[in-house]
Amino acid sequence: MPEPRRASLPPLLWPLAALALLLCFNFLFTPGFFSVEFRDGRLVGTLIDILNHSSKVAIVAVGMTLVIATGGVDLSVGAVVAICGAVAATLAQRAPMPVIVLAALGAGLAAGLCNGLLVTRLRLQPIVATLVLMVAGRGVAQLITDGLIITFERPALVAVANRSLLALPIPVWIAVGIAALAAAFTRRTAAGMLIEAVGDNDRACRYSGVNESRLRLGVYAFCGLCAGVAGLIECSYIKAADANNAGLFLELDAILAAIIGGTALAGGRFSIAGSLTGALLIQALTKTMYMHDVSADVAPLPKGLAVLAVCILQAPRVKTSLARWAGGRA
Amino acid sequence: MLTRRTLLAASCIAAVSLFACERKTEPAQPAAPTAKPAPAAPQPAKDKKLRVGFAQIGAESDWRRANTESIKAEAAARGIDLIFSDAQQKQENQIKAIRSFVQQGVDAIAFAPVVETGWEPVLKEVKQAGIPVILTDRVVDVSDKSLYVTFIGADFVEEGRRAAAWLGKATDGKAMVAELQGTPGSAPAIDRKKGFEEGIKAFPQIKIIKSQSGEFTRAKGKEVTETFLKSPEGKQITALYSHNDDMALGAIQAIEEAGLKPGVDIKIVSIDGVRAAFEAMVAGKLNCTVECNPLLGPQLFDTVAAVVAKKPVDKRIVTKESVFEQSQAAEAIKTRKY
Repeated sequence: MPEPRRASLPPLLWPLAALALLLCFNFLFTPGFFSVEFRDGRLVGTLIDILNHSSKVAIVAVGMTLVIATGGVDLSVGAVVAICGAVAATLAQRAPMPVIVLAALGAGLAAGLCNGLLVTRLRLQPIVATLVLMVAGRGVAQLITDGLIITFERPALVAVANRSLLALPIPVWIAVGIAALAAAFTRRTAAGMLIEAVGDNDRACRYSGVNESRLRLGVYAFCGLCAGVAGLIECSYIKAADANNAGLFLELDAILAAIIGGTALAGGRFSIAGSLTGALLIQALTKTMYMHDVSADVAPLPKGLAVLAVCILQAPRVKTSLARWAGGRA
Repeated sequence: MLTRRTLLAASCIAAVSLFACERKTEPAQPAAPTAKPAPAAPQPAKDKKLRVGFAQIGAESDWRRANTESIKAEAAARGIDLIFSDAQQKQENQIKAIRSFVQQGVDAIAFAPVVETGWEPVLKEVKQAGIPVILTDRVVDVSDKSLYVTFIGADFVEEGRRAAAWLGKATDGKAMVAELQGTPGSAPAIDRKKGFEEGIKAFPQIKIIKSQSGEFTRAKGKEVTETFLKSPEGKQITALYSHNDDMALGAIQAIEEAGLKPGVDIKIVSIDGVRAAFEAMVAGKLNCTVECNPLLGPQLFDTVAAVVAKKPVDKRIVTKESVFEQSQAAEAIKTRKY
């Protein structure tokens, strides 16, 4: 029996198309959306703001993508952001900068390892394992900050999210760096294939001698680390640690970004470039709402519809028939 | 291996104990009330401690924290057995907490509703159980007003009016205002918007040209202000009205980053009067904060005592509040409790 022809449309097509469509809309209906000027050695404009604000989601989405690729999910990233922000802000006035960064990232790594151990050692379902930290994590952050919003004026720490490097905000470079690192690690080594293999069929993987449990532990730890970086950026952005609101619903945005980007929630297939595009799309949508004075109580609706549209277009069934239709016309 | 297991076990225990913390009963006083002299406040029965359930919204701001502290401290001082619950910003958690208060047979229930609507079913259950309900700080939208005894709290509409009055005075009645709204659907957001709009009617040359929700947080306040300033109308903005101090503090950063002087190029008036706002006023970056007093513990338990003693109480009890400007900030900051 001949194999049905595989969908041949590039996976990045739909998220990129959606982003392009949104930019077109803004080009036509949002005055000043594309104006970018060079001021005090950095670029200033709405597009730059979108890049800047999407970098936090993008960083977490990179970690999330790898976790999802192994068939898991990490719901705790938002809470981990709050914890790491709290750690950084508490140390902000009394520790050297490297210590602050290491402590915040260390907290993220520890949280990720904790998730990973629950998943690999206790064989808890990822959604359950990470739910624990999602709920408890904010409590931990509250304990660290003693329930207060801790503010700081440490120039080096404030610089992380508020200064620019080579004309672009530093968070953008951090996001690019982490994405490049993850892409290189997964696509230049066998790691990417193994991650996908674990997501496809972990038992088969184990029987063929892959240390799937270490691999899983690794992706959760990495995801925690990404959340740590995001936490550092978030607290630096407002020069304060807000344990209640830092990273709130970030896990959902990160999962959305990954799904929009074509990563299969069931595992076995992932695209880091796709997740970055997803993160950009989400932030561009949010910004568009702000620019058009869409009131915040209805803003999630258009956002949800846009995501739904991209996801429908990416559903395997729709995809194959689209590819067939495209093939038939060629 | 062993160490990993231990670590795991420790983290599990930590997680469980955190869950447990959420609903802990406040140890109001040592268990033997006879050992202590009877508290000054009137109590219906000296042998039985008054039990009051309080469902707090969360700990989202310094203001809320001061509110919680005031209630807990006052309960402890009066020897009232306070069952305190933190809803972490979720209405469903508050409803659960209120139901559990009913099951525990408390003498009175007080809560600060997260949102205005959706309270009818649970409040009917409370009414059937014969337990009086006191609302603090925010009101609920129910058709049957007998579902609660009284509402103690600030008049958010009046706060909005005061902010508008100050702005009118400070700008000689001429301003292009950007407004940072609170969480959509919450009583303070709705009423502070309404009050401000009423207030600026007296100044025909004050116009709100931008208005968006900053969800009462610093991060959103900053991000939304950034968008305001980059919008086509951005250059015309001469004043900012924020529904709470935290968003204004975020906005101050956004204004500074846009190369403008907060408090000078853009006049800023916000509501709440938390310590950080006073610090910003001393630094000249915030112009005015309209106080919204969180220290309503004493008023709350006075009312509880009156209600339990079946004395009549007003349906609406307004807290004492004032307006602070930059010139008063340095002096006032010394006596601020929150």
